[in-house]
Amino acid sequence: MRFLASAGRQSLRRHKAARPVLLALSLFLVGAVYAAVAPATTSSAEGAPNEQLIAQGKDLFAVNCASCHGLNAEGLAQQGAPALTNVGGAAVDFQVRTGRMPMGNPYTQAQGQGQGKQNTFSDDEINALAAYVASLGTGPDVPTEDQYSPDGLSAEDVARGGDLFRTNCSACHNFKGAGGALPNGYVAPSIENTDPAQIWEALRTGPGQMPVFASGAIPDEDVKKMIAYVEQVNATPSAGLTLGGLGPVSEGFWAWVAGIGSLVLAAIWIATRGARA
Amino acid sequence: MAKPADINPSSPAMEVRTPPKQESPNKLAGPATWVDERIGLAKLLGNIRKVFPDHWSFLLGEIALYSFVILLLTGVFLTIWFKPSMTEVEYTGTYELMRGIPMSEAFASTLNLSFDIRGGLLVRQIHHWAAMLFVAAMTAHMLRVFFTGAFRKPRELNWIIGVGLFSMALVEGFAGYSLPDDLLSGTGLRFVDGLVRSIPLIGTWVEFFAFGGEFPGSLIIPRLYMVHILLIPGLLLGLISAHMALLIYHKHTQWPGPGRTQRNIQGYPFFPIYVAKAGGFFFIVFAVAILMGAFMQINPVWIFGPYNPAQVTAGSQPDWYMGFVEGAIRITPNWEWHLWGTTWSWNIFLPGVGLMGLLFTALAVYPFIEAWITGDTSEHHLLDRPRNAPVRTGLGVAGMAAYGMFWLAGGNDILATQFHVSLNAVTYFMRVAVFVVPVLAFIVTKRICLSLQRSDVERVLHGSETGVIVRSPDGGYSEAHRPISPGEAYSLTRHPQPEALVPNGKQVGRLRGRLSRWYAQGQVPKPTAAQIAAAADHAAVGTEHDAAALDSGDSGETH
Ligand code: HEC
Ligand code: HEC
Ligand code: HEM
Repeated sequence: MRFLASAGRQSLRRHKAARPVLLALSLFLVGAVYAAVAPATTSSAEGAPNEQLIAQGKDLFAVNCASCHGLNAEGLAQQGAPALTNVGGAAVDFQVRTGRMPMGNPYTQAQGQGQGKQNTFSDDEINALAAYVASLGTGPDVPTEDQYSPDGLSAEDVARGGDLFRTNCSACHNFKGAGGALPNGYVAPSIENTDPAQIWEALRTGPGQMPVFASGAIPDEDVKKMIAYVEQVNATPSAGLTLGGLGPVSEGFWAWVAGIGSLVLAAIWIATRGARA
Repeated sequence: MAKPADINPSSPAMEVRTPPKQESPNKLAGPATWVDERIGLAKLLGNIRKVFPDHWSFLLGEIALYSFVILLLTGVFLTIWFKPSMTEVEYTGTYELMRGIPMSEAFASTLNLSFDIRGGLLVRQIHHWAAMLFVAAMTAHMLRVFFTGAFRKPRELNWIIGVGLFSMALVEGFAGYSLPDDLLSGTGLRFVDGLVRSIPLIGTWVEFFAFGGEFPGSLIIPRLYMVHILLIPGLLLGLISAHMALLIYHKHTQWPGPGRTQRNIQGYPFFPIYVAKAGGFFFIVFAVAILMGAFMQINPVWIFGPYNPAQVTAGSQPDWYMGFVEGAIRITPNWEWHLWGTTWSWNIFLPGVGLMGLLFTALAVYPFIEAWITGDTSEHHLLDRPRNAPVRTGLGVAGMAAYGMFWLAGGNDILATQFHVSLNAVTYFMRVAVFVVPVLAFIVTKRICLSLQRSDVERVLHGSETGVIVRSPDGGYSEAHRPISPGEAYSLTRHPQPEALVPNGKQVGRLRGRLSRWYAQGQVPKPTAAQIAAAADHAAVGTEHDAAALDSGDSGETH
């Protein structure tokens, strides 16, 4: 759809009939792609890679990703883009869904880190891209729901997830996943609103400065507990205004502004009040 | 059997006599009389009509005093439930996200206080906000005393007591902050452990002494508890009493003004007016602390989790009053010596132990240094307006600027994430800023003070601006000025101006002479009586030459 839209832009845009024709064409294509993809998911769950899906992914990749990663995902050193031959479908799913890829400008990588960008791909397109990259080599696959879904955990499990989270993640992401600063302009982003599947994928693929947490070190069961903890700790009501939730820095600020500020006003009021003696 | 001796029933020894009815010497009646006759209440309250001057900045110390009272009240409530023990337990309370997690009894009891004791969370939050207010009000009070010169003779000792109170409040706050044994405060404790160990030669021994072995051990929380609820509060109480006693003995300082001299004091009597005002203010402070405790979350330890030496979190910060030490350590380059198999951590010792030592020493000796520089040995009961002591004011603002820069550096990670700049850039910037910004602050502040002095002189000589523009017959425009009241003129001109000491080779050496010249330099001379009289004559003649007169007013300035 993407390459079609851009092709249309170049040659047919000015034609009177361009709009209706394009609309009809895209409707047709949506139907066609749906027909192609819908059975694809079932067959990939059976373990047989779907040739059609991979082919579609390869096309999408050529248009959207190859300029940096190379036509065969071999990586282009001059763009600083790594080879994707062994990153697995999970890496693609993570990078594209969180809006990191396709990267806008590789040179602002440290500052931007893909933040503030929206994912503009549909589920089907992402599946196709992931299937294509997965077909190139090894690497973790896009997880199924039973790998990351935190449903059905007990309170103890979730609490244990909190402990695991503080041990493995809070050094960079802060105690409740609000994020933190790393050296040289990098940041560990907030994960408070990240979807469970993407948390799972972040662990397994280690994006950017983040280390990889392989399933040997943290099994899926523990990942689920951490996901549940982050979700629940951010859903617990707070004990009053959280003041930005930045901890003691913002507390000190408010002690001065709200506390001392209001008391000084009160002091001024008291001092100007004479006595009717 | 011996017979009882005869008794003379009329002996005076046998007479039943009622002692003469005592008229109580004062007008206190009823229960007050009862107490007075037993403990001499009236004499105790002999100072009851002592006069206190009125100014809002004189109430800053009271905020600190009242917060301390709030801390005592709420602290007692907390001690009823808090368990100062590092014994490991498994949490079984109502907060689900900690269920089954191993933690110290201290942390478990803090969770208990927050979730299972009625009103516990509120009291915890009031206690913590009051602690923040306590230190903040103390700081503000100290700055007021500094900038008005209230620390000068005869009040130097009370200033030193104040510095002692301030340093102890920091320790008290730190000890309290550490008690819940959560991940943030445990990290803070780890930080202080590092400070202690960085002390050359004896560091490791001091650590073992304080922690009863290697960090964290199992003794530090009980020991900090003792420090937090007994030792330091006791010392604080003692020092506060001494502080107040000296205040009453010296009497309060006052702003210069008509009728106010070095030997009198104007204001309201302590009883009943000041008591009413101060009592009312106590309730206001209490109300603010309660409102903050009720509506603003502070130190949500359940989110931080229990302390575990294997864990650390992004965004670990101490309470604000320790932030400057944290900042100094964050921006100090990695200076370390490795000699004969030992490590000398100057990177921690200098910014940590050194900076705190420097701050408190500088504060404590400042009154004596200033007196030495100015050669001023007289008593001062009238306050300086900050503009009339430009160098002192400049030094104070420079000190605040340095403190502020260190404090900001303590939040370098927060600055980096909130303002989307690089952590390294913030750090490098702060390394320069802690030296440059104070110098700039000094220069700018001194300039501002001198301009304000100049505008005071203009006000005395030419009166206040009326906002009325007058057009003269020859077409010129000028603003009409109204002469100020004699009272205001007195207030603006009564201050003594420092004069430079002349080096004489004996008490006044070269260094002292130079410092003294630096201190006195640039003051705008006060208008003389003759100038004021001339200006008054001039004003009587007419206002149209005001503009010209304004210009000539500037010629009095020295550079
Ligand atoms: C503008 C250049 C650019 C474009 C376009 C681009 N990428 Fe990337 N990509 C990069 C760079 C640079 C990195 C390395 C990022 C890092 O280290 O944080 C990267 C990293 C990745 C990774 C992570 C590799 C790993 O080791 O985990 C994946 C997956 C990825 N890209 C997929 C894609 C996909 C899929 C597309 C197309 C939708 C795409 N990229 C488009 C530049 C680009
Ligand atoms: C060494 C520091 C570090 C540690 C430890 C770490 N992360 Fe990360 N994490 C990062 C960085 C840096 C990024 C941003 C990567 C990038 O540039 O795209 C990140 C990104 C993420 C994201 C993507 C967030 C989004 O929505 O964009 C998730 C989810 C995540 N981490 C979860 C975790 C979890 C869970 C753990 C613990 C098991 C963990 N991280 C441990 C540094 C870390
Ligand atoms: C003098 C009487 C005081 C008593 C009896 C007292 C008692 C206590 C107790 C038992 C705790 C631990 C319970 C808890 O954390 O919830 C505590 C915590 C604390 N105290 Fe005090 N305290 C006193 C004064 C002070 C003062 C003067 C300060 C500050 C300058 C202070 C600052 C703190 C802080 C910051 C905490 C941590 C509170 C928290 O968990 O949020 N306390 N105090």
